[in-house]
Amino acid sequence: MIKFKIKLLVLSFLLLISIRPLQSAEMVDPIKVDWSFKGLTGTFDRASLQRGFQVYKEVCASCHSMQYLSYRNLGEPGGPEFSEQEVKAIAASFEIEDGPDSQGEMFTRPGKPSDKFKSPYPNVQAATAANGGAYPPDMSVLVKARKGGANYIYSVLVGYEDPPPGVTLDDGVYYNKYMAGNKIKMPNNLMDGLVEYADGTESTVDQMAKDVTTFLAWAAEPELEERHKTGVKVIIYLVLLTILVYLSMKKIWSRVDTEV
Amino acid sequence: MSEHEYTPKSKAGKWFNDRLPLLTLGAHLTDYPTPKNLNYWWTFGGILTFCLITQIVTGIVLAMHYVAHADLAFASVEHIMRDVNYGWLIRYIHSNGASMFFLAVYIHIFRSLFYGSYKSPREVIWIIGLMIYLLMMAAAFMGYVLPWGQMSFWGATVITNLFSAIPLVGDSITTWLWGAYSVDNPTLNRFFSLHYLIPFLILGLVVLHIWALHVPGNNNPVGIDIKKPSKDTVPFHPYITIKDAFALLVFMIIFAGFVFFTPNVLGHSDNYIPANPLVTPAHIVPEWYLLPFYAILRSVPDKLGGVILMFSAIFILFVLPWLDTSKVRSAVFRPIYRQFFWILVIDVLMLGYVGAMPAEGIYLVLARVGTIYYFLHFIVVMPVVGYLEKTDPIPMSISEPVLTGGAEPSIARKVNDKV
Repeated sequence: MIKFKIKLLVLSFLLLISIRPLQSAEMVDPIKVDWSFKGLTGTFDRASLQRGFQVYKEVCASCHSMQYLSYRNLGEPGGPEFSEQEVKAIAASFEIEDGPDSQGEMFTRPGKPSDKFKSPYPNVQAATAANGGAYPPDMSVLVKARKGGANYIYSVLVGYEDPPPGVTLDDGVYYNKYMAGNKIKMPNNLMDGLVEYADGTESTVDQMAKDVTTFLAWAAEPELEERHKTGVKVIIYLVLLTILVYLSMKKIWSRVDTEV
Repeated sequence: MSEHEYTPKSKAGKWFNDRLPLLTLGAHLTDYPTPKNLNYWWTFGGILTFCLITQIVTGIVLAMHYVAHADLAFASVEHIMRDVNYGWLIRYIHSNGASMFFLAVYIHIFRSLFYGSYKSPREVIWIIGLMIYLLMMAAAFMGYVLPWGQMSFWGATVITNLFSAIPLVGDSITTWLWGAYSVDNPTLNRFFSLHYLIPFLILGLVVLHIWALHVPGNNNPVGIDIKKPSKDTVPFHPYITIKDAFALLVFMIIFAGFVFFTPNVLGHSDNYIPANPLVTPAHIVPEWYLLPFYAILRSVPDKLGGVILMFSAIFILFVLPWLDTSKVRSAVFRPIYRQFFWILVIDVLMLGYVGAMPAEGIYLVLARVGTIYYFLHFIVVMPVVGYLEKTDPIPMSISEPVLTGGAEPSIARKVNDKV
């Protein structure tokens, strides 16, 4: 029996280390932020999402696309939950190319809630060419596409530093503590007071980084709140059913002389 | 098998059953005498059936919304996640379901290894099971390609390139597999087609697997032949059905935990970056359930050698019933083999661990040691231990306690003593 327990210990230890490779090996560990959307019942901070959208719209959107989101998503439950009027106004503030019309011509019109987010560049090549040879990645699923997720995105946004002595950087390359390889072609775009928050929150770099990361986390997982809520219900249901089935099993097996 | 012939009570039932004995089959399945001492390691057959059905049902729904085209696949997956009603739930069940399927199948396989379920007269069940396992790996690999993310693309490139190691015709075979001169749209299209086909092949093999099982009946933790039906058995329904249901529910709670609370932890974040043939990821790693084989592949400096060794690691299992020379099935009564069994478990876990690491330094050494032990276990340990081992006394039947000397040893014991 003791031998078996030792084996179990060794096994669980091995299982533990087998999960390690999922974590990053060569980068500085990102800053751990206590996000409101963490945990089993985590939800997004509505005000932070709305502020984050503002940062995205005024800062990030000039280079980064978010092609899988639609303006209507901004008003849907579990997201920033802008009102219907606000969503319509946001959509209408963009000129969207549509067509061809009956004459075969493309034309522009004000955006509708059903339109996808307008991309800053017509294609990847144009985006790359306009940004010194580095494609600003589409941000729709960026939080899911990076090891470390929201913590990593936030850390990069606040991780700009002067390069340590001995490190020389080419033109248009910046030093970032948390970026893989420490070199990033995106300049440090956030500075205190850059945006004027509609709700009066002070727009420090840290605040803006947190808000826009929250917004990106929602953009990557718009189902998160519903997923958490449904998950809790599903688990409670399954646990209750398991108890009932366990008791039934005990009762049925009491007819024979074997333990279950 | 059943002692008494089943006759339906209603006239209509009898009329139908005379023409197609489905009701007789149903009666056989419910009455099926099952050893009463099966432990919870035996519940994974039912769990695996659940996994297969879940994958098929969610997969059919996903296929209604997915587009198998290199330019549209990634976007169509995001469409499923964002715009399809409960699309996120269906996709997360499907993607995590693959992992749960493999978790269950590995437990199922190691259970068979521990209790000697692969031995006579169950060799055919074992071989069909291995064929299912092979098809599962093919289906999972192709399924992972479908979202057309970076890991999809580069995983497909690495695995299909293995075939180029075949002398003379390797390159032609690889081109033929791709349908192009690299992994491209034709590759994605055929992988989708095959990914949809394979689960139904698996389903057919599962029917044969269960059919073959119902000929000799279940093995059991004591590993002895039992009379059926007898005081050592219980009818499948309600005894095994309720026990399987309980185990399945516990399994579903873990499954739901992954789906609802950490749906991407078993995947690779790079697969949320659209496939880009011009950018190679820093580390190309397969899904966790293929890592031990990946470690074996990379432990050999020669490409062809690695490929041969990797495929041998699977195909050696097909001859396992004939490599094991012990007449005693259950490792419960095999004190020496039991130790080696646990070494094998640790060995495979270690191979999985180093498979996720870069193939250099200590990891390469561990991969080589692990690979050597893996093959030694089957080629040397199993035949030799079977001959030399002095097994513990075996009970005459499940209902009797283990013999404490003096009493008549079982047939299996006698056979083994003569060796």
